[in-house]
Amino acid sequence: MKNETIRRIMLALAAPFAAVVFATIASSIFLLIAGSNPFTAYGDMFEYGSRLEIQVDILNRATPLYISGVAAAIGFRMNLFNIGVEGQYRLAAIVAAYVGASVSLPGVLHVGLILIVAMLVGGAYSGVAGVLKVTRGVNEVISTIMLNAIAISGLIAWLVREWQAGGSVDATATNLGVGTEPIDESGLIPNINSWLELFTREIGKGKELTGVFLVAVAVGILYHILINRTRFGFDLRATGINPFAARVGGVSDKKMVLGAMVLSGVVAGLVGMAEIAKLGRFNPNFVGGLGFAGIAVALLGRNHPGGIAIGALLFAFLDTASGVLQVTGSASREIVFIMQGIILLAAVIAYEVVQRFRIREEARLASALLEGDAQ
Amino acid sequence: MILKQIRRLPTWARWASFATLGILVLTLVQELGQNETSHLTAMTTSQTALKWSIPILLAGLGGLFAERAGIINIGLEGMMILGTWFGAWGAFNYGPYSGILIGIIGGAIGGLIHAIATVGFGVDHIISGVAINILGPFAARFLSSEIFTGYQGGSVTQSPRVESVDKFTMPFLAGGYDTPNFLKWLGDKDIPILSDTGNIFRGVLTQTSWATIIALLLVPLSAWLLWRTRFGLRVRISGEDPWAGESQGVNIYRYKFIAVMISGGLAGFGGAFITIEMSSIYQEGGTTGRGFIGLAALIFGNWRPGGILAAALLFGYPYALQFGDFDGFASHALLLVNAIALFGVTIWAIRRSKHADAVIAFVLATLSAVWYFIADTVPDWWVKILPYVIVIVVLIFFAQRLRMPAANGQIYRRGQT
Repeated sequence: MKNETIRRIMLALAAPFAAVVFATIASSIFLLIAGSNPFTAYGDMFEYGSRLEIQVDILNRATPLYISGVAAAIGFRMNLFNIGVEGQYRLAAIVAAYVGASVSLPGVLHVGLILIVAMLVGGAYSGVAGVLKVTRGVNEVISTIMLNAIAISGLIAWLVREWQAGGSVDATATNLGVGTEPIDESGLIPNINSWLELFTREIGKGKELTGVFLVAVAVGILYHILINRTRFGFDLRATGINPFAARVGGVSDKKMVLGAMVLSGVVAGLVGMAEIAKLGRFNPNFVGGLGFAGIAVALLGRNHPGGIAIGALLFAFLDTASGVLQVTGSASREIVFIMQGIILLAAVIAYEVVQRFRIREEARLASALLEGDAQ
Repeated sequence: MILKQIRRLPTWARWASFATLGILVLTLVQELGQNETSHLTAMTTSQTALKWSIPILLAGLGGLFAERAGIINIGLEGMMILGTWFGAWGAFNYGPYSGILIGIIGGAIGGLIHAIATVGFGVDHIISGVAINILGPFAARFLSSEIFTGYQGGSVTQSPRVESVDKFTMPFLAGGYDTPNFLKWLGDKDIPILSDTGNIFRGVLTQTSWATIIALLLVPLSAWLLWRTRFGLRVRISGEDPWAGESQGVNIYRYKFIAVMISGGLAGFGGAFITIEMSSIYQEGGTTGRGFIGLAALIFGNWRPGGILAAALLFGYPYALQFGDFDGFASHALLLVNAIALFGVTIWAIRRSKHADAVIAFVLATLSAVWYFIADTVPDWWVKILPYVIVIVVLIFFAQRLRMPAANGQIYRRGQT
């Protein structure tokens, strides 16, 4: 029995391991073609990665990536593809920043209000795609992509001018200014350097570990409980594995689609919160691309709360290493993008191969058992 | 009554009458509307609209080949991005025609990856497509940093300027090759409807890029290839019932592979078109989601080449309207056009007793009409999001009544049912 468990774990780890090895080899080839020494480049990446300050950077990057990954994973769990996290989190962030700046409340309430507004906006915006799918049969991939474009090039571009600190800016203005009104100190989630310093030395260079890290941990735990310990999670997984069987079992697929879509958007709303806590406002250069990266992270982590965490840390490490490479100049910083892309694609394929291998194994085992019974 | 008559006509005549109806509405809105604008039927508008439709058309045709073979290709956007990059690189080094060819190859490489993942390994089509959409921009970014940064005027996010392919102007109708310009003469006469129609056609026939013409010729070519050849039959059986095809000895894997690579190549053509014909430069993020709009065109076009062309023109038009519409009057007038179209949908829905459709269409039509009458212009953000809104609205009414290939999106493994 114990052997069986080890075997299962080995199988589960084989795919991502193979993907990372494959990506490393492939990237080395690219590096060699580009005329850089792969060993120096990887050496630099790891040497910097072992420093505490860089690790704080990695955690800061991994935090929103993880939340974004969970947001995508909630949909993926039932074969519902919410590609719209990108638009959802940015829209949520600007509205939350605006609301947060226009009230003054004591600390916890203020932070709570901002988080709740962000979740509501994210959920409402993804809900649009959910409603379109259930009532009109509009494919959610296309509708969420269109909603991304509408949010980013339309609504946010407009709101960022409309809610500009010190009065709205004209459409023709070239300088978009500083962004929305600043949020009071009470509304900003404080850093948790002191928590981390319990285990490590003092963090230098003015680096701050975002307090949203705790939010991400909470999101992960809640996601785990929701998926594995609740009726909703069971129905969600059942619909994902076999929608017809689930329907026969009395699960309303329309409700599940809508529920999963809204929930995915609610989590997506939190993606921008680390940036808001850092900046204290929404500005025209607000961080982008976290939604798409989150999809990659969710695929890497196989929608598993722990797996997504590993995927987020891996991608965050690579993102941070990209900055390191720029400093040391041992390779082009863009190599990490290639690595991320190859890891993702290789992992997706490797999972499928392992999955097939596992099914064949099980079939073989089952037939062996059956033959044993027959004798 | 009229609609019944139209339905009896052959396909080409039916499309022609729909087009005439569309032009009629545009002209009437312009003549009778609140603000003076001639931008809706201007020559420049139809010229730009055609240009903007081409990448959407090519992405849509790309989707057609993949999905007719049963492979959903969400990765069109990523393949298109590869097309923009390779198109720019090829055009810069070897001239615009080679650029398009190299762009096609770049997209086809993306198609090959998608085919390896979905056909070879049986990965879920959407997961693989999403992965390619993430890989595409990453690859383009890396390639730019390695290659374009070494060129004069290039950087990590853009290429140097590249040349476009030659232009063609129709002789006699649009005055190409120093012949009389009939449509200009007609347009200058200022006869209602006739002159507007003349202007629209003049825009389409003047200074048309050969790349555009080739792309348009791909519409009948795809139809012929898919519905009139043995190859097409085998591609389609791969998408309708691969197991039946297998029983007839068709190598389904091979046809799926070829179809998905054609799909990527067409998306790459679309990307190269954006670089070479539209922006004259590779720009990061230059596709602006048009691969996905191509997918929407594929759905709205009911998985048929002619339908995809019509959808691409419909989706390309609002993009074109943004240009040269400095007073915002044309975009404003388009609200009334939308309202009329939606009232049309309402009547259509009532006649077919689709009550939900009728109510939604009526509400949207009324909102559009009310907005038209209370405002003088539309805000700039509305103009920006209009193409995407139109895609969603169109899908709201048509997503459910269309038929996609029966085995589309299913994972086929040889010898397993």
